[in-house]
Amino acid sequence: MLTAAILYFLIVFPGTAGEMCMSHTMKTVGEVVDFRPHSIARAIGRAMRRGWFWLGLLMMATAFFALLAMLSVAKVSFVFPATALSYAVGTLGGRLFLGERVTPQRWFGVLLVCIGVALVAIGKG
Amino acid sequence: MTPSRGLHLKTLILILIMVSTAPLGNTLLGKGMKQSGAMESWAPSSLFHFFFCAFTTGTIWLGIALLLTYFVAYLLVLSWADYSYVLPASSISSLVIALLAHFVLHETVTPVRWAGVAAICLGVFTVGHTHPRTTEHRPC
Repeated sequence: MLTAAILYFLIVFPGTAGEMCMSHTMKTVGEVVDFRPHSIARAIGRAMRRGWFWLGLLMMATAFFALLAMLSVAKVSFVFPATALSYAVGTLGGRLFLGERVTPQRWFGVLLVCIGVALVAIGKG
Repeated sequence: MTPSRGLHLKTLILILIMVSTAPLGNTLLGKGMKQSGAMESWAPSSLFHFFFCAFTTGTIWLGIALLLTYFVAYLLVLSWADYSYVLPASSISSLVIALLAHFVLHETVTPVRWAGVAAICLGVFTVGHTHPRTTEHRPC
């Protein structure tokens, strides 16, 4: 039970934090307006020179391996619906740490997505 | 085209790339891993054989290429769009997966799963009607 709780924490929080690090990195790189391959490569290269990128990648990798481990100790029908919480945590993180303006309309949409992701996973199970 | 409309359009295009490449990439990776065979033990020779088989399977490379495309599209869209916009919007991939499962793989998609997909679509539609960027604009 404790193992599953730790793994669940590692899936939701470092996973979401890692994605927020990526978002922060790309905001510091700046809006990409030129979509030719060499311009895209230059933007990705600039992102890879930032510490936040590697921190984000490390946290996303941690969450991925925690998900694999969680699947070995808990039922799929529990794991995937439970990860729907990531959408709410991510939106809250965007509001608190990235300074995004989350309107009630966006919150309502996120709530519907959370319910939907949980239902899809239960329906698969 | 107004700047706001242009922003919506390029956000939509990149999210469409994300939601079509990620499910397909994962499917190909899963199929490729089954083709290359299961890992027999943790012994170095067995691990080497496993990874050699995996990395000489074309399907796996195609899956990796699609997942890399997904990651690049994800990074690009985050260069201007809010994380709280991209995160729920990308969940529309559940619709792509359900449609692929129903029409291509001829799997049975349960009514509960369709209800979930409908809720996701409604949620994405609701989020999609908010502005993709609410933070300060910084050009590259």
